[in-house]
Amino acid sequence: MKALVLHHEKCTGCSLCELICGLAHFKENNPKKSAIHINRKFPEPGVFEIRVCNQCGRCEEACPSEAISRKDEVYIIDPEKCTFCGICIEKCPSHVLFTHKGLSYPIKCDLCGECVQVCTPEAISWSD
Amino acid sequence: MFGYGGKILRVNLTNRKIESEDLDPQLAKEWLGGRGFVAKVLYDELSRGVDPLDPGNKLVIATGPLSGTFWPSAAKIVFGTKSPLTKGYADSNLGGFLMAELKYAGYDLIILEGASKEPLYLFIDDDVAELRDASRYWGKGALDSERELKDEIGESFQFATIGPAGEHLVRYANINHDFGRQAGRCGMGAVMGSKGLKAIAVHGTGGIPLYDSDGLIQITQAALRHITSQPYFKRFRLYGTTDITDWCQGMGVLPTRNFTYGDYDKEDKLAPEPMREKILVRDKACFACPLNCGNYTHSKKYGTYIDGPEYETIGMLGSNCLLEDIEDVQYLNYLCDNYGMDTIGFGGTIAFTMECLEKGILKKEELEGIDLRFGNLEAIKAILKKTAGQKGIGKLLAEGSKSMAEKLGKNSDAFAIHVKGLEFSAYECRGAPAMLLSFMTSDIGAQHTRSWAIVQDMDMGRDNIQGRATLVKELQTLRPLMEMFGVCRFPWLEVKLDFGEYVRAFNAVTGFGYGKEELFRISEKVWNLTRAFWAREVGDFGRKYDLPPGRVYEPVPSGPAKGMHLTEEKVNQMLDEYYELRGWNENGIPTEAKLRELGLEEVAEDLKKLGKA
Repeated sequence: MKALVLHHEKCTGCSLCELICGLAHFKENNPKKSAIHINRKFPEPGVFEIRVCNQCGRCEEACPSEAISRKDEVYIIDPEKCTFCGICIEKCPSHVLFTHKGLSYPIKCDLCGECVQVCTPEAISWSD
Repeated sequence: MFGYGGKILRVNLTNRKIESEDLDPQLAKEWLGGRGFVAKVLYDELSRGVDPLDPGNKLVIATGPLSGTFWPSAAKIVFGTKSPLTKGYADSNLGGFLMAELKYAGYDLIILEGASKEPLYLFIDDDVAELRDASRYWGKGALDSERELKDEIGESFQFATIGPAGEHLVRYANINHDFGRQAGRCGMGAVMGSKGLKAIAVHGTGGIPLYDSDGLIQITQAALRHITSQPYFKRFRLYGTTDITDWCQGMGVLPTRNFTYGDYDKEDKLAPEPMREKILVRDKACFACPLNCGNYTHSKKYGTYIDGPEYETIGMLGSNCLLEDIEDVQYLNYLCDNYGMDTIGFGGTIAFTMECLEKGILKKEELEGIDLRFGNLEAIKAILKKTAGQKGIGKLLAEGSKSMAEKLGKNSDAFAIHVKGLEFSAYECRGAPAMLLSFMTSDIGAQHTRSWAIVQDMDMGRDNIQGRATLVKELQTLRPLMEMFGVCRFPWLEVKLDFGEYVRAFNAVTGFGYGKEELFRISEKVWNLTRAFWAREVGDFGRKYDLPPGRVYEPVPSGPAKGMHLTEEKVNQMLDEYYELRGWNENGIPTEAKLRELGLEEVAEDLKKLGKA
């Protein structure tokens, strides 16, 4: 099964993944509109943590509006059906459904793989 | 406007009035951004003769059109002011994430005016901008304040902070961001401190409008492929700027013992490998940067975390002060960062002070009993603390080496290693004439980044001065464009990303459709404007301000550059050639014809009125 593998220790925190995600999905140069985010813990201990959906499907189970559906190995949010009730965000065990004040639905990874292409330290890769 | 946030934030610290103005499209078209904006605003808005630490001085903070975009290493923001260290034009830039955040909040420029008696910080969250009380942060370290502000306001905010050195107006105090990126040079932190501004907090959620977003994606992806396919990419990623340390040692250009020597017998203790083996935590990048030159380190011995040390710090605090352990350099780097003080300026000043003590120009009693011998870490630490707090003898050091030499006399100016009052970056230049000419003519004083010509020097023959003026002028024209675009130079410099690609990216972002020649003309215009600023502000400004310290005429005593030195004749010949290429008179002042040719008619009038052009 196709999946993203995260090597947090290789991440340099450059944000190119966040940038390309926003450009690819919203045609905007805006890393705040991204389905992938990097947590930064500085100055101590000095680590980056890459946060992105692992397609566990708990959001689909939780959604009361049937706005989330599975297509192959990916769970996708339908903005038309989404009521932005926030239940999926609460239920997400990895806290990787993100919001942006300009959008009325959560941003979720659709495994497009654009981030893998631009990750020069190879901190994000495919499982196969 | 494509590529720009579109707004200017004008903040008056005296009456606490904050105004948002629209960015004039003409300003963008004629001055691009970053350093171009800084130069234009300072020239136009500062009253002639203003004291750098007076409320009438301004601190200008500018992004460029590429800052915060997808373009590789689009991570520069420029701070500019009239320098309290040099009394002339100054700008200094930093990487990290501040530039992107500011653009996402919609701002290209912040202009800080006036001064507050109470400590404040500037809070920006998209459209909200306000001044808030910072009294609980005043007195705290620049790194410590950043952490505490993040805890208070939010991890998603980006910060610029000053430390005690800035609060106490140390003339080479800097501005910190992202736990170890600094606008290091010329005393930006002192000007911020003089305004009572402890920090700036920024958060933005908007995007940057692009003229041709598909085009930018394409050009950037091609650039990333180019960068990662270069042989030097892997090594530069590992070592960053520290990779040059061994090379400098081998060429005899590593400043050692206050620039007396060009190589250091303990260099292997400071070289890049021991740093990675002993103290590296991880590789760390600025915004959108595939090169991640940052080495984030932790010293177990001292319990300190910092981004670095960079090569410049290894040279200025390591070999130049004769420290023998990379962990000691890391620790001193941490102390400087947290005090909020430039490691280059302090490194140059402390090495000068050590030589003064050695030569008997300063007595141990005058140093309050501190045994400031080369290599004495404890003594350096003690002096550093006094300097950051302007206590006792620290008041003298806090002025920088030029001012110290003027006060101490006894020909100490011969080994006060600065130009225009700004201490040399870490390159010993007696066998590197183009690098020396770069230091001499840089428009902020002896800083390396305007024209980093030292590699070319080795190819051109170290004992002649041919072609140096041409080379330096070319570099000084291309390189500063990076800080007008708002990007880092390293992809171009280190892994040979062609400048033409930058021009394509600039046009994809802005839609201006400029060619190289047009951009070079703008860069030359900025260079002439900053030169005119010096001529306007400094009464007797001219050739003598471009001259290097006497040490460059003493032969290098030993090592790979043994015997190399400049002569006054060669130095003046380089200046003659350089002034002629620039269209300046024999005293180094832009001619009326040159200024008019560049469209700087009003500047030509100003200098004429002053009897200079």
